[in-house]
Amino acid sequence: MAPDSLTFIFLNAALINNFVLALFLGLCPFLGVSAKKETAWNMGLATMFVMLVSSVSAYGINWLLTLLKIEFLRLICYIAVIASAVQLVEMVLKRFSPILFRALGIFLPLITTNCAILGLALFQTNREYDFLQSIAFCIGAGVGFTLALMLMASLREKLALAKVPTVAQGAALSLMLAGLLSLAFMGFAGLGGSHA
Amino acid sequence: MTGQLIRQEQVTPDTFLRGLWEENPVFVMMLGLCPVLAVTNSTINALAMGLATTFVLVSSGALISLLRNLIPKQVRIATYIVIIATFVTIVDYLIQAISLDLYNALGAFIQLIVVNCVILGRAEAYASKQKLPAAVVNALGMGAGFTLALLCLGTVRELLGAGSILGFHLFSANFEPWVVMVLPPGGFFVLGSWLLLFEYLKQRRARKAEAAAEVMAHGS
Repeated sequence: MAPDSLTFIFLNAALINNFVLALFLGLCPFLGVSAKKETAWNMGLATMFVMLVSSVSAYGINWLLTLLKIEFLRLICYIAVIASAVQLVEMVLKRFSPILFRALGIFLPLITTNCAILGLALFQTNREYDFLQSIAFCIGAGVGFTLALMLMASLREKLALAKVPTVAQGAALSLMLAGLLSLAFMGFAGLGGSHA
Repeated sequence: MTGQLIRQEQVTPDTFLRGLWEENPVFVMMLGLCPVLAVTNSTINALAMGLATTFVLVSSGALISLLRNLIPKQVRIATYIVIIATFVTIVDYLIQAISLDLYNALGAFIQLIVVNCVILGRAEAYASKQKLPAAVVNALGMGAGFTLALLCLGTVRELLGAGSILGFHLFSANFEPWVVMVLPPGGFFVLGSWLLLFEYLKQRRARKAEAAAEVMAHGS
């Protein structure tokens, strides 16, 4: 596969360089909202939507900033756009699904400080993706994020029934699990050949 | 204004030390884990990241503390983010000027300091309510605690994964590096192990205190 083909960009973001398990982006929701499969799924979808909105806007902003030669304002503009996108999602959810709105709780506004989203915008700028490539990249990242969240939630639902030593309960165990998942995802490195 | 009702904290050694251990942002509060895991594959990266984050913490804390009575409550989060982003931009260009190698090694994670929850959390919970000295000292403590945590991970991962610390090789040529430690899974494993260790020590101390209390009760 050519490294800049849309399929490769998608697979690369979703599996080979999974945002959560290989690049360590978006760990807070990954550890925080992964107790139940249903919340994890909804969180994944909400994040993917914010990713899509901010990726498209980041593309536009970058074009404008480069045109005006004020690239040093990039970071500030990106974060402002992401914050507005999150606000948008929050309003939509509150209107159409108050139950979901409550289930996600504090983690919804915290999508603003989810590094996966700012990371996505920064990576697509650094790698100079064109518009279609950016879209493929952001959908891939969203799918990868949701996948990691779902895997973790499924594991933790089973784990709730298991008996673990008191020392290992809580965050330490989640991190060890994440480590094992990350080890498994390293197997996907072969997919990309030498480009990964 | 609720601002006047909140007790202004005196600057004591505790203001600084709290961030280092008791309220360590990484090991206790589990905040800002993304850079903690991502850039700690070598000690020097961990140190640079820790210093950069500390700089942003201190300068944004100072500015927010100075402006705390001017920022309208409704738009405070947005204001904090813009202030933080400004300082991160400064650090970003600074590191680029000092060492391009380091800049490339840290990659996008310098710019991602903007979304480090430790900084926003400090701004919201502390700097926006306290006077300048307290805010600065507290931010310094938090920064030191964050750097300490990064170094804890960075040294272990570099030692096991490459057999060296700060680039100096410590073992003989027969040492087989555990490559997995410098790869992504190693980050999760090492942080998990540190947390296990702390939890074990905490429980052992609790058990000892309990036993001591029992002895006292029987003795009297």
